[in-house]
Amino acid sequence: MSIEVRDIQKRFGRFTAVDGVNLHFPEGKLTALLGPSGSGKTTLLRMIAGLEQADSGMVLFNGEDTTHVHVSRRGVGFVFQHYALFKHMTVFDNVAFGLTVKPRRERPAKAEIENRVHRLLQLVQLEWTANRYPSQLSGGQRQRIALARALATEPRVLLLDEPFGALDAKVRTELRRWLRRLHDEIHVTSIFVTHDQEEAVDVADKIVIMNHGRIEQEGSPEEVYDNPASPFVFDFLGQVNRFYGHIRQGQAEIGDWTLPSPEHAEVANAPAVAYVRPHELEVHPDSDPATGVSLAATLADITSLGATIRLELVAPESQEPIYSELSKEAFVQLNIQTGDTVWLRPKKARVFLQPRQRAAQAA
Amino acid sequence: MTNPIKPGVRSDAGAAAVCPEGDWTLSHYVHLSRLIDTLSLNEACPVDLRQLGRLDTAGAALLVRALGRRRLIQAVEDCAELPAEQRDLLLTLSSVLEKEEGSVPDRRRQVPGLAAIVQLGRSVENGVRQSIGLLSFIGLLLVSACRAQAWRPAPLVNQIEQTGLRAIPIIVVLTFAVGTVVAFLGASVLVEFGATIYIVDLIGYAMLREFGVLLAAIVLAGRTASAFTVQLGSMKANEELDAMRAQGLDPVARLVVPRLIALVLVLPLLSFIATLAGLAGGAVVAVFVLDISLPQFLAMLNEIPPENYWVGLLKAPLFALVIAAIGCREGLKAGASAQSVGEHTTSSVVQSIFAVILLDAVAALFFMEVGW
Repeated sequence: MSIEVRDIQKRFGRFTAVDGVNLHFPEGKLTALLGPSGSGKTTLLRMIAGLEQADSGMVLFNGEDTTHVHVSRRGVGFVFQHYALFKHMTVFDNVAFGLTVKPRRERPAKAEIENRVHRLLQLVQLEWTANRYPSQLSGGQRQRIALARALATEPRVLLLDEPFGALDAKVRTELRRWLRRLHDEIHVTSIFVTHDQEEAVDVADKIVIMNHGRIEQEGSPEEVYDNPASPFVFDFLGQVNRFYGHIRQGQAEIGDWTLPSPEHAEVANAPAVAYVRPHELEVHPDSDPATGVSLAATLADITSLGATIRLELVAPESQEPIYSELSKEAFVQLNIQTGDTVWLRPKKARVFLQPRQRAAQAA
Repeated sequence: MTNPIKPGVRSDAGAAAVCPEGDWTLSHYVHLSRLIDTLSLNEACPVDLRQLGRLDTAGAALLVRALGRRRLIQAVEDCAELPAEQRDLLLTLSSVLEKEEGSVPDRRRQVPGLAAIVQLGRSVENGVRQSIGLLSFIGLLLVSACRAQAWRPAPLVNQIEQTGLRAIPIIVVLTFAVGTVVAFLGASVLVEFGATIYIVDLIGYAMLREFGVLLAAIVLAGRTASAFTVQLGSMKANEELDAMRAQGLDPVARLVVPRLIALVLVLPLLSFIATLAGLAGGAVVAVFVLDISLPQFLAMLNEIPPENYWVGLLKAPLFALVIAAIGCREGLKAGASAQSVGEHTTSSVVQSIFAVILLDAVAALFFMEVGW
């Protein structure tokens, strides 16, 4: 089932949590809502579930207006960050709960419920826990039970609110792979909220990046990573170096670099920032202005990250330390040491105007 | 390491910009604050921060005061050379100071005693709002109680055990003790008139009419209202309530109404037990200390009109309703943190004891007026 939200808005007192969001979640896909805390992603998810009422706007399931349908009639499965398992019930009863509380007319027969619960416990690979209590399970196991419970009522949509947020790093990685495989198996339209960009890129078919209650960018993981639409997205998705300079008629002048920036052709002269990812920043021992190797920097530190080497550099064009990542072989070939002056060239850079100019341009 | 340039603002008559220069730090605060008060800084011309030396929070606050927030933010954005920490400091401070401009009244102009009046007004408003909220919540509970979903025997029996059966020992001990105290108190006055025998009336009226039900209600307010708040609050913090709703269940009907019904059933019974224990306490003092024989005690007790007991018992369901509603409402209002659950627990105990005593006073007045 596909889901759509139109112009949806939600305020808490003076704080606008979700500010006129329009989104479409394609059928059978796993979509990640990504953003820093307070960006409105959880509120949006809860409005889709019906746990929160929107102030204005619509929620549509399969094109049908669902805005005022009660949460229990929407057919959603919801997985919470802190599992929200019922402590006083066994795992079996927890998973069966959604079925046993149905009105008698809709409730499946007892044998059928038992059957279904065991199938679900098999699916989450925790069949042996059926008679245990949630407190006897680990965090990762509890979250898988919570997932089984959400799936028990055969929901048309699965909503996950930071499902791995309370787990340690290793279990997180395992569980998100497992979630991806599970999704490939059952193909239910899923939306999951996370503030972890790595998790979103790893698992989702589509990523929606939110900030201050608005959408910054949406697209496939590759799209948003390769073509960030705004400085915020650049900063949020992975590490990035910032170089400060000016734009003059479609040319960004950052120190001795001249970078083409055709989208700002009509800007006469304005402060600008160039964003370069660490693995797209080349380091050379000598300058070569003809090929663009023209920005001087001092090598401040060398860190080994296992397979790659990270160089920490200092240049006047950036107030923060600059990082470049390269392979061990490339580093050995460079033959440089801490304190040396080296020359930089961006393989790929994106130039943005500084915030005030952007606002003026938009106006 | 001091900056050789004397801190100040350069604003030549012909120049196109205002340039703060030198160190804007706490050690120059007096000098700088006098300076910006005397200086009239041209509103229109841009600000150039390039000459700025060191900067701390005091200096940054002065800059915000001198230039105004809007101009300063613009200046910060224009000046690409500004170090990141100075940029952050100025931007943070200008947003903070702006908020305060709007919300903090000028202290110098405040009328003495105004704060107390304002405080009083706020708490009255808050009290009215709480009462309205509580009344509508009670309404919601009564409607929910009409639904079949709320009348499931298992949770109801469980709650009756938790709130009723287990509260009996403490209530018995407490009212027994109060019974003896009332007896001693009465005796110390009545003995002077040779009317010791009337302590039976004193104990009888007090226990049947007021203390039995009131003490039981206060124990429940402390013991059960807080337990309700903690149970529901922790379920809410744990998102269990949302999980129930997502599974198609109404937490009010499933969790709150059984508690309410249990309490309404249990409090009259507890009041009865409390009354008996209180009378027993009085009887022990009467028989062993004041030399009134037990048959005499019982005979006098027998002459007290039974309406007094019904008047007392009539209040029990009302108290139970209020205690359960306050306890559950605070639990549902609690936020996601353990601290919030704690705060709401305190609030629920205070509110329910307050409400019980207030209602009792109103009821006493009412029954007196109608002559029961």
